[in-house]
Amino acid sequence: MRGGRATALPAGAGVSGLLYPPALRKARRDQQLVSKRLLRADPPKEAGKVVSILGEAEIQQFLRLAQRGTEEKEREKALASLRQGLQHSETQQAFIRLETSMRTLVGLLTSNQALLQLEAARCLHELSHSDQPVVAEACLPATSYLLTYLSSHSSDFTELCLYTLGNLIVASEGVRRQLLPQGIVPALAACIQSPHVAVQEALGYALSQLLQAKEAPEKIIPAILASTLPQHLLQLLQPGPKLNPGVAVEFAWCLHYIICSQVNNALLITLGALSTLGPLLLDLAGAVERTEDAGLELLACPVLRCLSNLLTEAAVEAVGGQIQLGDERVVAALFILLKFFLQKQPSLLPEGLWLLNNLTANSPSFCTSLLSLDLIEPLLQLLAVSNVVSVLVLTVLCNVAEKGPAYCQQLWPGPLLPSVLAMLAASDTEVVGQSLELLQLLFLYQPEAAQAFLQQSGLEVLDRHKEEAQLQDRVFALRETALHG
Amino acid sequence: MQLPPAIRARLAEGPGAAEPLPVERDPAAGKAPFRFAARRVRFPREHEFFEDGDVQRHLYLQDVLTQVAEAPERPRVSEFPCQVAGCQQVFHVLEAYEHHYHTQHANVCSVCKRAFPSSHLLDSHLLEWHDTLFLTLAERQDMYQCLVGGCKEKFRTSRDRKDHMVACHLYPVDFRFDKPKKSKGPSTPEVLAPMSAEALGEHSQQLEGDAMEVCSTGHVTPPPAPEEESCTPPGLPGRRAYSHRVPATICFGQGASRGFRSIKKRGKHH
Repeated sequence: MRGGRATALPAGAGVSGLLYPPALRKARRDQQLVSKRLLRADPPKEAGKVVSILGEAEIQQFLRLAQRGTEEKEREKALASLRQGLQHSETQQAFIRLETSMRTLVGLLTSNQALLQLEAARCLHELSHSDQPVVAEACLPATSYLLTYLSSHSSDFTELCLYTLGNLIVASEGVRRQLLPQGIVPALAACIQSPHVAVQEALGYALSQLLQAKEAPEKIIPAILASTLPQHLLQLLQPGPKLNPGVAVEFAWCLHYIICSQVNNALLITLGALSTLGPLLLDLAGAVERTEDAGLELLACPVLRCLSNLLTEAAVEAVGGQIQLGDERVVAALFILLKFFLQKQPSLLPEGLWLLNNLTANSPSFCTSLLSLDLIEPLLQLLAVSNVVSVLVLTVLCNVAEKGPAYCQQLWPGPLLPSVLAMLAASDTEVVGQSLELLQLLFLYQPEAAQAFLQQSGLEVLDRHKEEAQLQDRVFALRETALHG
Repeated sequence: MQLPPAIRARLAEGPGAAEPLPVERDPAAGKAPFRFAARRVRFPREHEFFEDGDVQRHLYLQDVLTQVAEAPERPRVSEFPCQVAGCQQVFHVLEAYEHHYHTQHANVCSVCKRAFPSSHLLDSHLLEWHDTLFLTLAERQDMYQCLVGGCKEKFRTSRDRKDHMVACHLYPVDFRFDKPKKSKGPSTPEVLAPMSAEALGEHSQQLEGDAMEVCSTGHVTPPPAPEEESCTPPGLPGRRAYSHRVPATICFGQGASRGFRSIKKRGKHH
């Protein structure tokens, strides 16, 4: 399997053929996918009300009232009104046009009146949700305070500050350039020890945004790896009754962004990443079995990615990682997940098969498990889901077959040959090419299979591709092998 | 996709690996024109392979919006007062009370009654303002620790520390993290205020103190109108010398109680 381009798929289709809106795909390719979280905590009675856009004069009025009103309730109401108005981008623009508005808001953020402080924080949160980097940058004067308040014992407030920071982080590189020297990494490392689940999830979100920054591999991830964050991160991913799914999703994605940036994965392995992720995968499969599948694919995806990428590290061998992971329950778990993906989220099949490739490529033990657990036939059932999936399935089968006669004897006779023949009849070059590779191995180690091939009109199917430039040589060679051994 | 029934059982059993079948490769395998070689594959950050999963993740984050937009249960109860003796704040909503407690009563200096956003900052304050040993040592060595987590720098004066935080950590020049309590006392109310500091005033008054003192005082907002106090009251440098003549053991006003336990339920999206 090459880590290269997916072969011909309908326009707009993803790697697996699933159709997502073209704009989203393009944004992903252009690296502009910006995800923001918004906490809106309006009391129910406000939900139905239409919120109007505020102009500069009204904003000033509300701010003045919030700052200097005589009645506490009056001040809170003024700030709440401002907050609602800030749901509109026009209000946000008007707000940032006013020279002292942010200073005033930051002053209210540091108020010793609890409700004012909370409302001011909510106003900032609304601003952080803006699409415009210029609005995010207008919030720069507030960041040192947001960071200070991360160590607050008020979990609601900390949660709000974290989501606000997460939004600001993603909106502008200028914000990130300030947050790093201001100490965001130590602040997060301290805050991650909070026992509050909502705070943990919010922190995971903010951290995941920080890790996706384009400058992250050079400027951010090294600092994170040098802190205590990785240990805490892994701790929060420990499977068991205390694992919170919402929290785990965020931190699994964080781990994925760190790992795929390939800054220092050896460190993560020494910190025990494999011995966390392996059992977590088993746990996930168990949850699927118990049909507790609400949103499990959201956690499965990053876990699969982390495991697959980590397995390519040389450090894995050093800590006997293959042995740790050599537990064949991992294979059983993976197939339970593959079946789940087929039913619920076929676009994740390639990711699952990627892990299967990385498990089986250099491991006689895992290849043997595939055979002894009778998983070849289920694997064959995935053929023809899509071209990418087919290529991956064929690659895994090649991983098994290339280990020699003892393995090929288990592959034929059986359903494998007819399935591969069907793939040979496909039009996709890569699918056909990988089928040819598999057949070569099969004929080499199990010559009787070649006979069966001929009897099943294999040559005719083969000959369909003899004009194809990328396939010709292999077609001819295979033909020779089949006919003359 | 049909899985063999033994799979479920296998998952439930203990760890174990299959005794691998013997590996025996023929050199002709994967030889030209064939090219197969079993190998692990890694995908870097921006690889196209991740496109689908990334889009799903993005949609999930956007979706959370609709979940959390449902108003969380914030039961409004009839007005109740703050439990801390002397505090006259009242609340309708438990979350606001919790926030109030944690920010106004949880990390309070028992000497000068100031509240701090975190126990770390309270500890720094106690050291720098109410510890005579610290002040003695500070005369001879660098004792003022940078307030940014992880920074090990220490400075001779709080002014130097502030300059460092502004220059190296990009902190705002007027960084302050709490508002002072309203005080009816004389111009140095911080050490002499006999009244309970738990009574929160409507207008925060200016009290002396430098920015980034771990006893922050003063407004962040510039005084827009004459009724506000000015930002830099006189006698500024002298204050510190004055304050530490008061022995740390003398405690004015009541101590903050720390026994609060949260009873609220969280009605968020899980």
